[in-house]
Amino acid sequence: MHKALRHTLIATLVTTLIAACGQEAPPPPKAEAPKAPEVITVKIGSASPLTGPQAHIGVDIRNGVQLAIEDANAANVEIGGKKVKFEMVAEDDEANPTKATTVAQKLVDAKVAAVVGHFNSGASIPASKIYSDAGIPQISPSSTNPKYTEQGFKTTFRVVAHDGQQGPTLARFAAKTLGAKTVAVIDDSTAYGQGLADNFEATAKSLGMKIVAREHTTDKDTDFKAILTKIKGRKPDLIMFGGIDPQAGPMVKQMKDLGIKAKFIGGDGMQTPNFIKLAGDAAAEGVMASIPGLPKEQMPGGKAFLEKYKTKFNQEVELFAPMGYDAVMVFIDAMKRAGSTDPAKFLPEIGKTNYQGVIGPIAFDEKGDLKNGPITIYVVKGGKWEALETVKPEAAQAAATATGSAPAATAPAAPAAEAAKK
Amino acid sequence: MNPGCRPWLRWALWAAIALLLLILPFATEALLGRSWVRILAVALLFVMLALGLNIVVGFAGLLDLGYIAFFAVGAYSYALLASPQFGIHWPVLVLLPLGAALAALFGILIGAPTLRLRGDYLAIVTLGFGEIIRVLLNNLNRPVNITNGPQGITLIDPVQIGGLSLAKTQEFAGLTFSAAHNYYYLFLLFALLTIVVSLRLQHSRIGRAWEAIRDDELAAAAMGIHTRNLKLLAFAMGATFGGVAGGLFAAFQGFVSPESFHLIDSIMVLCMVVLGGMGNVAGVVLGAVLLTALPEALRYIGPLQQRLLGEVLIDPADLRMLLFGLALVLMMLLRPQGLWPVRRKSQTAETADVS
Amino acid sequence: MEIFTQQLINGLVLGSIYALVALGYTMVYGILGLINFAHGDITMIGALVALTVVQALAAAGVPAPLVLVLAGGCAILVCSLLGLSIERVAYRPLRRAPRLAPLITAIGVSILLQYSAALIWGKQYIALPKLIEPAAINIGGAQMTTLQLAIFVLACAIMAVLLWFIKASRMGRAMRATEQNPDVAGLMGVNTNAVIAFTFVLGSAIGAVAGLMVVLYYGIGHYFMGFMLGLKAFTAAVLGGIGNVGGAVMGGLLLGIIESMASGYIGDLTGGVLGSNYRDIFAFLVLVLVLVIKPSGLMGQAGGDRA
Repeated sequence: MHKALRHTLIATLVTTLIAACGQEAPPPPKAEAPKAPEVITVKIGSASPLTGPQAHIGVDIRNGVQLAIEDANAANVEIGGKKVKFEMVAEDDEANPTKATTVAQKLVDAKVAAVVGHFNSGASIPASKIYSDAGIPQISPSSTNPKYTEQGFKTTFRVVAHDGQQGPTLARFAAKTLGAKTVAVIDDSTAYGQGLADNFEATAKSLGMKIVAREHTTDKDTDFKAILTKIKGRKPDLIMFGGIDPQAGPMVKQMKDLGIKAKFIGGDGMQTPNFIKLAGDAAAEGVMASIPGLPKEQMPGGKAFLEKYKTKFNQEVELFAPMGYDAVMVFIDAMKRAGSTDPAKFLPEIGKTNYQGVIGPIAFDEKGDLKNGPITIYVVKGGKWEALETVKPEAAQAAATATGSAPAATAPAAPAAEAAKK
Repeated sequence: MNPGCRPWLRWALWAAIALLLLILPFATEALLGRSWVRILAVALLFVMLALGLNIVVGFAGLLDLGYIAFFAVGAYSYALLASPQFGIHWPVLVLLPLGAALAALFGILIGAPTLRLRGDYLAIVTLGFGEIIRVLLNNLNRPVNITNGPQGITLIDPVQIGGLSLAKTQEFAGLTFSAAHNYYYLFLLFALLTIVVSLRLQHSRIGRAWEAIRDDELAAAAMGIHTRNLKLLAFAMGATFGGVAGGLFAAFQGFVSPESFHLIDSIMVLCMVVLGGMGNVAGVVLGAVLLTALPEALRYIGPLQQRLLGEVLIDPADLRMLLFGLALVLMMLLRPQGLWPVRRKSQTAETADVS
Repeated sequence: MEIFTQQLINGLVLGSIYALVALGYTMVYGILGLINFAHGDITMIGALVALTVVQALAAAGVPAPLVLVLAGGCAILVCSLLGLSIERVAYRPLRRAPRLAPLITAIGVSILLQYSAALIWGKQYIALPKLIEPAAINIGGAQMTTLQLAIFVLACAIMAVLLWFIKASRMGRAMRATEQNPDVAGLMGVNTNAVIAFTFVLGSAIGAVAGLMVVLYYGIGHYFMGFMLGLKAFTAAVLGGIGNVGGAVMGGLLLGIIESMASGYIGDLTGGVLGSNYRDIFAFLVLVLVLVIKPSGLMGQAGGDRA
């Protein structure tokens, strides 16, 4: 008994030590070339999945951050009278909630001044607690779960419209532009897909659309015939899907097999070139999807950014590189205004941001959400995504206030219209 | 290490080990940074989980492929009763036993109808149950919102001990105890407890009965062992460990979502047990710590490839899984008794000598 | 009514794919008493090989029927070799080992296959290039595509041939003998090692055909696609009585129909409390119920040692 216990303890020890010693190889502290004494180095963290199935999007974000840091260094930024050199610390969170907290701690250890990340809401949320405890500001370029900014942390921001903004916009588009009266809603049972679908459903109902079916699938399924058949029986004008392209593609294809004529609309997760490939040109034609932000080509700094990105990385922007780029620029902007690179000093300035970024004007509300970002709706035409309509900030704001108090707002409006007629 | 070593040496060894475990987080922090203290804490959580599964798989020989479900039950019971989800904030001293009890109850509920099935059926049914629990957690947000579905539960209360929150950094005797440090010590306490319980169980009547069932159920039954009840007990005990670990995990992370409880996580824990040597407590501890640390170490392979080859040829996440798969196969083919096998023969010989 | 017919068609086509994969499980289980966890992943490899061949040939302008035959042939070849080598390397040495050992090995092989596929094909979903444009047939208001019909007919044909083969051929007799008692079969002059290897090859080849069908049907391939398919197919095998080839066919078709009907109607039947979100666990619930109530399956023999 004692012997066994001892073995166990030794095992714990030996292995923890091995684990510890096995790590002796972290990159040695770089002997920086001696520089003028007034130059200070500021580290900016980038956390996103760099391996695994979402690696391509995670790398895209990191590239955006890297590009921003190179641009800032080239511009010889001065903060509080001192020259600043920025440095990126990129970490891989594997899109895994537990790994995300480890990575967050790593970035805190590395004494970064600010963090751009993470990609998934499931990673951003647990990590945000660690950044908040350390007082380090975090801007997520892509996490759309409303909960992320609802935790009451002063350090959490995002530069992307959340599901609570995208879903309603889609619903208003469906009601006004498409004139849909009946709609079937499907989600993929993930935080993203379900959040989007729920928000769509709520606004759609408030706009008087009838939800004829609410169905669910998973983010691994490829057979949707059963739920589509049920939906076929309800004859909706429109099918809305909250989910990503590996499901949306086959789903649209199977709709065609079943002879369903309804229109199909979804969120940013399916607005990818791969969707068209998976669905096939014929089935994809006419499918619509929204993306927060302006069309890449129409972003204020968009064209230049796209070209710069392509020359630098020899590939096209996937999705969130511009958001990653802008997140860094927002940090630097706040540092400039605060005249300090100390997170404690420039954090309050981030909330007051009013910055013209690649993705458009950036300002935050009191929770840290992007104020009324534009949302663009695309349609597949001739095997390609084409921008159909951009819901501009002003319009979104107006619409938001209208639906925010929908019953109250429409009631007085009607008599007013009556009065105007007379 | 031979049995005849002197008592003072034994005590010195004990003291050295205790001291090492105590200063380990500080040494690690100084050498590798605080993130590795977190990794140590997570490793200790996995030690608990692996030891729990070891009772089921290693001691009683029942292959459970849905073990992570008990971890999930523990985590969610803690999360639901100590977060703004329902506005309930029960203390940890109530929640951990509750989580353990709930997990044990689930173990019995799942075990009762299925334990009469033969090994491979049991494996597939437990796998099914594991998935059912995860799908339920993911879907119990409608029509009534209980688990908050795929969005998960945020802002879970940290462990509070006497008004002291473990999530806050404490200064004590000139040392800085960060949240990671605090949880390391808490988890260390629980891990040691699980180790002691495991060892006592293994050498108890119950442990020997489990072993008999594992080696030959028919013979065991013939010897008067109540196999069904003992198998249920193994399930419940294993589940209890998982439930406690789950509660601690929820408090540590502050966030739970169904994403953390996939089949792959069950298989990870199984790998720890198999790699360490099924039924061998020391080996399983070794397996758990190795397999928690290995993926972290493998992270450095990505950048290394980038530097040496100019591109990442093998994604470290894939490499990890390939190694796990290979390890499972090779272990069974070459060294089914695990990296650190139980020396059963010599043990029986010893007992025989003594008696 | 047309919705019901449509769900029935959906279920039958899905079920015939399940049944094909289930055959692989049931044959190996019948003969070795081993759940070959890796079988779903062998199907996945077959699917991805077929997908790759189609991609390469369709771009080169080879006519569609020839592409299909070549894709199927390559998939069958690769999967047969794979099945053969897995049996030889991973399972044969463990034939007399404790029960847990081959099961854990099988899980290991499954993981190895998945992540090898991830290395070879990447982790993206791969789209099938446009090959054939199936026409729609109207059956009582419901739609069935020619592709669905072809899958269903081909699956039924394969299963019929297999049943005949096991019943009437010399090899089939050897397989049944080995299943009943390998030692005695060996004494009777059956080369049991060869028979077991042949069973793996046969199961894998049928799995490859199922893989091709999945790719054609859904137009999509992915390194993880074999996992759920394998689980469902295994459930089908258990449902029909594992070890029983006819049972696997029954179980597969039945499971396909149960899934379609359940996701189609459960929402309305339960007033919205349950919905299609529970689709994946219907299979498991069926599995648990069958095992608890009638462990020998719907068509299984009453042999007590099966469960």
